[in-house]
Amino acid sequence: MDTKPEKKVIKKIPRTEMPTQPPMVRIRNYLEVALGYTDAEAKAEAARCIQCKKPLCRKGCPVEIDIKGFIGQLQKGDLPGAYKVLRDYNSLPAVCGRVCPQETQCEGECVLGKNPDKTGGPVCIGRLERYVADTFAARLAKGDSACLQITGEAACRMERPELKVACIGGGPSSLTVAGYLAALGIKVTVFEALHEVGGVLVYGIPEFRLPKGIVRREIDAMKALGVEFKTNWVGGKAILVQELLDQGYKAVFLGVGAGLPQFMNVPGENNIGVFSANEYLTRVNLGRAYDFPNFDTPIFKADNVAVIGGGNVAMDAARTALRLGAKNVYIVYRRTKDEMPARLEELEHAIEEGVQLQCLCGPLEFIGDENRRLTAIRLQKMCLGEPDASGRCRPVPIEGDTGELKVGLAVIAVGTRPNPILLEATPGLKLNKRGYIEADPETGETSIFGVFAGGDIVTGAATVISAMGAGRRAAKEIARRLLGDEA
Amino acid sequence: MSYRILQKKILIPGQTTLLVIDAPHVAKKAKPGNFVILRTSDKGERIPLTIADCDAEAGTVTIVFLVVGKSTAELNTFEEGMSLPDFCGPLGKPTHIHKQGTVICVGGGTGVAAMHHIAKGHASAGNHVVAVIGARNKDLLLFCNELGTFCPEVLVATDDGSFGHKGFVTEVLKKRLEEDKDVSEVVAIGPVPMMEAVAKVTKPFGVKTTVSLNSIMVDGIGMCGACRCTVGGETKFACVDGPEFDGHQVDFGELRMRLGQFKAEEQESMQLFQHKCQCGEGK
Repeated sequence: MDTKPEKKVIKKIPRTEMPTQPPMVRIRNYLEVALGYTDAEAKAEAARCIQCKKPLCRKGCPVEIDIKGFIGQLQKGDLPGAYKVLRDYNSLPAVCGRVCPQETQCEGECVLGKNPDKTGGPVCIGRLERYVADTFAARLAKGDSACLQITGEAACRMERPELKVACIGGGPSSLTVAGYLAALGIKVTVFEALHEVGGVLVYGIPEFRLPKGIVRREIDAMKALGVEFKTNWVGGKAILVQELLDQGYKAVFLGVGAGLPQFMNVPGENNIGVFSANEYLTRVNLGRAYDFPNFDTPIFKADNVAVIGGGNVAMDAARTALRLGAKNVYIVYRRTKDEMPARLEELEHAIEEGVQLQCLCGPLEFIGDENRRLTAIRLQKMCLGEPDASGRCRPVPIEGDTGELKVGLAVIAVGTRPNPILLEATPGLKLNKRGYIEADPETGETSIFGVFAGGDIVTGAATVISAMGAGRRAAKEIARRLLGDEA
Repeated sequence: MSYRILQKKILIPGQTTLLVIDAPHVAKKAKPGNFVILRTSDKGERIPLTIADCDAEAGTVTIVFLVVGKSTAELNTFEEGMSLPDFCGPLGKPTHIHKQGTVICVGGGTGVAAMHHIAKGHASAGNHVVAVIGARNKDLLLFCNELGTFCPEVLVATDDGSFGHKGFVTEVLKKRLEEDKDVSEVVAIGPVPMMEAVAKVTKPFGVKTTVSLNSIMVDGIGMCGACRCTVGGETKFACVDGPEFDGHQVDFGELRMRLGQFKAEEQESMQLFQHKCQCGEGK
């Protein structure tokens, strides 16, 4: 570490693997798959970072974390220092360390990744981020202020109760806005429609990928900072945007998420045993149906399960089905493995656990018995054609080539469309062609002055971190307007 | 925040209960046709219930529920002064209410409670509201007197003839429609077979018929699609597109089938609950 960067000889050191529960053990429980670095592993991995003069990794991060900075602190053995750097950019580091697609963001840009044969591959930035967040929280003594957790400082800035900001929706984008503004002493109230705060972090992403205790820890810290959470308040129903402005909120942030599940419009789709991924995952995660009947929300089980779609949500649903006891779980996807939008790590974990891929086919019909209970899916076989607008090869049906997959449960994970509740109840809110909120890409401001939006309700379904990036941009603009140069 | 139960009234012992709940922000916004979702504990499932009445000034919302499974049995253990941990609303699209003439509101079973709120709405819009309610016998009739306070006609049918017409509400409805060609709308809320039968009766008369669907729901805000139903050949979500739909367009067979989706789990849950209750009582 003493050599000057320009003279640094890069040795080939492999990426430090993170321990995981063995596949055949973890499909019998609902506990987290990846176990996190030990101190020694983190130290070894941090040492791989060459502290570039002009780090590229940061450009790959939607919230522009000073990655070099936090890893530099780790190299010095300064955990609180590393945490402080992370917190300055990201109010949910323990979450992002787990669910960000690092391979296409920071780690995708890491200079060590350019020539992996000589370097061993990019620095495991995500794993280090998770290590810092978890270890810092674990070492906080009881009674340490939440302020320390959020800002890394023992005392928070003075509250400014006269400066009120409201967030509608309690997911990643709103939580980012709340965390950022609360750290500046601004009074934030978050209106969440469900009975639990966290949005997709609690209803969508399963416990085995993101333990709910981690989300709660972040939210409890925000509560201690003075953020008020109002659960069971549906924006557009119990409270309107205009009412919030009339009540003296200086700004309103809309982070209501992607919304309604897409169905496929094929026959038999409403048969018993056909679910949207949203319903399947919400029952299991928000409703804790994996612990039925100890918890009241039931879940549908079958020996043979098909999940339609190739994204992260599909992987989550497939891996959930395995944990609920399914013998065969298939991912039905109309392109091939290479085109799947899911993170490579999620796909690999799913395959390790025994999920079977049925590529190049799509549902033609959900076949039910006389009681309309699902018994099989009739599939259309496909081949790959010319690339489409997304750059991926278009799936083309092979005429006459169909098959049948015998399943008792099908989970449809093919995306979402905008939820109309808040949009219909907010006159003057301009929407784009796809029906999502039109927001200034720089500031997140909508067509209504003082009303900002970010996350999936602006972009359509995307990642947690991109929603947080949007939240951060909006929060910065709100802070600038409310505090002027102080922010 | 918690939601205190200000009043509990047992309408039919062991079966149907009315709760008046302190929820000012819901009461302020609730309109006829809206529903709420509540939970009875931190381990509870989300239960959708149509609003039976509300008082914006008092800040109260009235719900009426039938004890059908574990969650409603647990809800029935709540007494005045106790609080519900979660109470979310108002949800769903409100009933389309405007001055239009004569409206017949048909209610069956616990559905009479929800129908009561809608009938009240139609009455305050200046419509001539005819209430048609039914039950197995006169002791099981709900909201009969309350409906009488704003409906110029309250027609009753009981299975055993202990009050009003002996037979079904559909027979009363048919007779009423035959006598009066100027009925502008029929609203029906109750068990699925009843709503389906009402739609069948009104069809030949060409009267607009609105039904309120009690589909299985999870979030109640459009996220999950558990409540999807087929209306006029299209898939709709009862929670955000409804819960009210054109009764002549609804696929009732599918609705009935989907309502039975979790029957086995519901029974398992209920048995466990009853077992616990018995143990708790030291039996």
